[in-house]
Amino acid sequence: MPKDFGIGAPQKRREDIRFLTGRGVYTDDLKIAGQTYAVFCRSQVAHGRIVSIDTTATAAMPGVLAVFTGEDFKDVGGNPAGWLIKSRNGEPMREPKRPVLAHGKVRHVGDAYAAVIAETYQQAKDAAEQLAADTVIDELPAIVDMAAAVADASNRVHDEIPDNLCFDWGWIEDNRAKVEEVFKTAPHVTTLELVNNRLVPNAMEPRASIGEYFPGTGDYKLTTTSQNPHLTRLLVAAFVLGIPENKLTVVAPDVGGGFGSKIYHYGEEALVLAAAKKLGRPVRWTAERTESFLSDAHGRDHVTKIELACDKQGNFLAFRTETLANVGAYLSNFSTATPTFLHGTLMAGPYKVPAVYVNVKTVFTNTAPVDAYRGAGRPEATFSLERVIDKMCRELNLDPFEVRRKNFITTDMFPYTTPVGLVYDTGNYQATLDKAIEVGDVKGFEARRAESAKRGKLRGLGLSTWIEACGIAPSHLVGVLGSRVGLYDAATVRVNATGNISVMVGAHSHGQGHETVFAQIVADKLGIPEASVEIVHGDTSKIPFGMGSYGSRSLAVCGVAMTKAVDKIVAKGKKIAAHMLEASEADISFENGKFSVAGTDKAKTFGEIAFSAYVPHNYPLETLEPGLEETAFYDPNNFTYPAGAYLCEVEVDPDTGKVQVCSFTCADDFGNIMNPMVVEGQVHGGVGQGIGQALCENTHYDENGQLVTGSYMDYAMPRASDVPFYTVDYSCQTPCTHNPLGVKGCGEAGAIGSPPAVVNAVIDALHRGGIKVSHIDMPVSPARVWSAIQNA
Amino acid sequence: MYAFDFVRPKTVADAVKALQAEDAQALGGGQTLIPTLKQRLAQPSVLVSLTGIDEMKGVCRDGDVLVIGGGTLHATVAREARAHYPALAALAGNIGDPAVRNRGTIGGSLANNDPSACYPSAALASGATIVTNSRKIAADDYFQGMFTTALEPGEIITSVRLPIPQKAAYVKFEQPASRFALVGVFVAKYAGGVRVAVTGASNNGVFRWTEAEAALSANFSAGAVKGLKATAADLIADLHGTAAYRAHLIGVLTARAVAAAG
Repeated sequence: MPKDFGIGAPQKRREDIRFLTGRGVYTDDLKIAGQTYAVFCRSQVAHGRIVSIDTTATAAMPGVLAVFTGEDFKDVGGNPAGWLIKSRNGEPMREPKRPVLAHGKVRHVGDAYAAVIAETYQQAKDAAEQLAADTVIDELPAIVDMAAAVADASNRVHDEIPDNLCFDWGWIEDNRAKVEEVFKTAPHVTTLELVNNRLVPNAMEPRASIGEYFPGTGDYKLTTTSQNPHLTRLLVAAFVLGIPENKLTVVAPDVGGGFGSKIYHYGEEALVLAAAKKLGRPVRWTAERTESFLSDAHGRDHVTKIELACDKQGNFLAFRTETLANVGAYLSNFSTATPTFLHGTLMAGPYKVPAVYVNVKTVFTNTAPVDAYRGAGRPEATFSLERVIDKMCRELNLDPFEVRRKNFITTDMFPYTTPVGLVYDTGNYQATLDKAIEVGDVKGFEARRAESAKRGKLRGLGLSTWIEACGIAPSHLVGVLGSRVGLYDAATVRVNATGNISVMVGAHSHGQGHETVFAQIVADKLGIPEASVEIVHGDTSKIPFGMGSYGSRSLAVCGVAMTKAVDKIVAKGKKIAAHMLEASEADISFENGKFSVAGTDKAKTFGEIAFSAYVPHNYPLETLEPGLEETAFYDPNNFTYPAGAYLCEVEVDPDTGKVQVCSFTCADDFGNIMNPMVVEGQVHGGVGQGIGQALCENTHYDENGQLVTGSYMDYAMPRASDVPFYTVDYSCQTPCTHNPLGVKGCGEAGAIGSPPAVVNAVIDALHRGGIKVSHIDMPVSPARVWSAIQNA
Repeated sequence: MYAFDFVRPKTVADAVKALQAEDAQALGGGQTLIPTLKQRLAQPSVLVSLTGIDEMKGVCRDGDVLVIGGGTLHATVAREARAHYPALAALAGNIGDPAVRNRGTIGGSLANNDPSACYPSAALASGATIVTNSRKIAADDYFQGMFTTALEPGEIITSVRLPIPQKAAYVKFEQPASRFALVGVFVAKYAGGVRVAVTGASNNGVFRWTEAEAALSANFSAGAVKGLKATAADLIADLHGTAAYRAHLIGVLTARAVAAAG
């Protein structure tokens, strides 16, 4: 029986009431007295030199209050990359400045080179149109293809970077020679060249920002669509505009989805703040959907060659990859970590492969910046591994289930050090595979295939066994890996005099359900009703500190910080109770919301203790401060390692190439589960995005650097009819060994594990239909499947 | 959007008069025009909404002809044509999503003549008559290429007259992103022969596949079009499919439409 409250209860999300009844308050919903409107001029060409911007006519237009160009920001700081990566030769990565507004050159279609502030939105639109007409940009040849970018030293995204290369990274460089030896003598080598397709995040709420300046105090306030308000404050204040951190408040109210794209600081945020100061009036901006397509940080975009060395029985001997990773025109904040430490370190999968070497060349192109997107590096690693393993199984005529099983790290091997630098603390990969086979009814597949065949459809079964490193945290580890920040998190638990509780958390919820789940945990630990607990997030003036939500880290890092703050509350409560009950502190126990003296019926409720802390008439004031509020910071000592097995069944229509996903089965190990309903929702969303990547989503820049798929007319998002009813099982649980909640994180799993399962299923269906196709790049669209069938 | 004036006349005569203003633009359901305006890709002086004209709304039967007012919503056609012309009702019921179907009109769709829209195939395959405020135009003369029709500036489609076939079906293969027809084929069988109209596939907009019509008029079965190759010459090639793929789909969907027509 599931619990009906507290930890483990499938509580409906309290925040959904406001979201589903239109009562959420998003950035664009806020109306501020005296507000003005910013509209950006964005480059129509992928690459060009800004010759002149004549602001005269624009500045004289009705309602226009100010015009900004790159010239206005040339002396302020740039928006930095958060991770310093070193090339194989020891050189630090190339870091071109990322300005607030493009200066000198525009480097991608949508690159903002000017902004107009006006009294009304329409006036600002009109003025921006005029300014664009009065701007002269000399178009330069666009650099779009990564291989060509690296090969042609004459054409440069950044004039100071001759080969358009950010870095050439080897992981682990010392393994390179050893891996080469293995490949020389291996009985079998399977090679696969593949593309991990670029994705546009497409959060339902576009980015939006409001800048305010209060001249009386010199304070600034930025209200913005952020997953990460404290990091945005740090970047805007310390790196870009030079505002003292304590003079800037960043608020991220309700945020309608991020998927990574709202982790980062963008130039529009700095612009509205600078403009607000100049005008002494609030300045607001909300992206149009086209702006989102053109200027949000995109995801993925890897071109990879992966090789698998094995014996004839399919025992893995080594993996080796060469990847070109697109960073676009500028380095977004996490862009250098995503293709490296969130990708290369996962290239052993859940397998006991003895040798792995990963090479990543990261390339500047005249396209939108690329950064972390749900899964961030780990989907790329998983896709490469699970596709090449499937290809090898076909080449050697081996069972893909058994090959994975025989290569799994076994339960007696934990903690397990991989050849790519991680230490997996716990897991049971055999158990999740067995569970997937059972729940997904693999036994019944042949009957289902025969039934599909009767209708002229080719049915296939695809498997993916995945692992990820998440709970992105340990500062000591990420510091070694190049991170320029720490990755702990923080929470304050404030017990009010009347016993209800405000919890200020550094994690930011933009759809994840923290307000419900975090309250469940606090209520459970303190033995009080969940309704008495309020979760406060997304405001740097209210919460102690935070590193935001991404990398499936909210619960595993911030949730643990919160639990530790609760532990401090209980410890202080025991001291108060000992005084009130005239007992020794060591004899006080706390259970079900009561502090009691062991072996007696003497007890005080949590509410009585809270009241006493604020009305300390009978209180140990000489040794204990009044009040009941505690803060904890938590920095874990390792990543967490969720893992699982995914099964996908598809039907391929051989006449049209259309793929229909018939079923999708997930057997996940997320460690302990705080709210199974929220976990299922996260997995559903992740798998939906994974199916979208596998079958639908194609970000296509043409040779001139124009984004051909710049609207929903050409960018295919998955819809309800594209996804099946999911089967999600999370009963295999190996609790995380290094955090007190035993949790691992579930936000990205679906997007990490699902794409290879879908593609493996399509290839399986074609093979079972006698069509020997070894690979189809994502998105596996009807046209691509049909072409593959024609060319087979 | 750029600023514009807005009028909503009650009669066709008033609408025709309003459309005589320079740079006036008729507004049906706005499913194409409104997004175009939002992107500042059009700058009409006045929008003449046709949604207030009752005489242009509704579905009725006139002997063997189904008459649909030019201002009739897709959702209304889906509901009210079902008893008379089920293939047409099914087509209307699968355009876009419920929001589109409760705004978009048949007249608006035919006047716009998007090369991937569904309705042009029904009108052409049915040998429909497009009735305007000033004349009657045969479908064979009406569609003149991508986004191009026989309509004169300021001319309004007041109704569409569709002869009801003995058998018919429309099969659409959706473009993955827009869910418009990547290729759509409407097959209609009349006493005088079979008409096959193809949308989504050609750079010239909707067209009749005459080879298939001949084959199906002789033998109305899915097998009759097997091996028949639609010409790939003027077919659209884009990110979502090559011309050869579209040519192939025309054959597949025609056979499926014949099978569905029964």
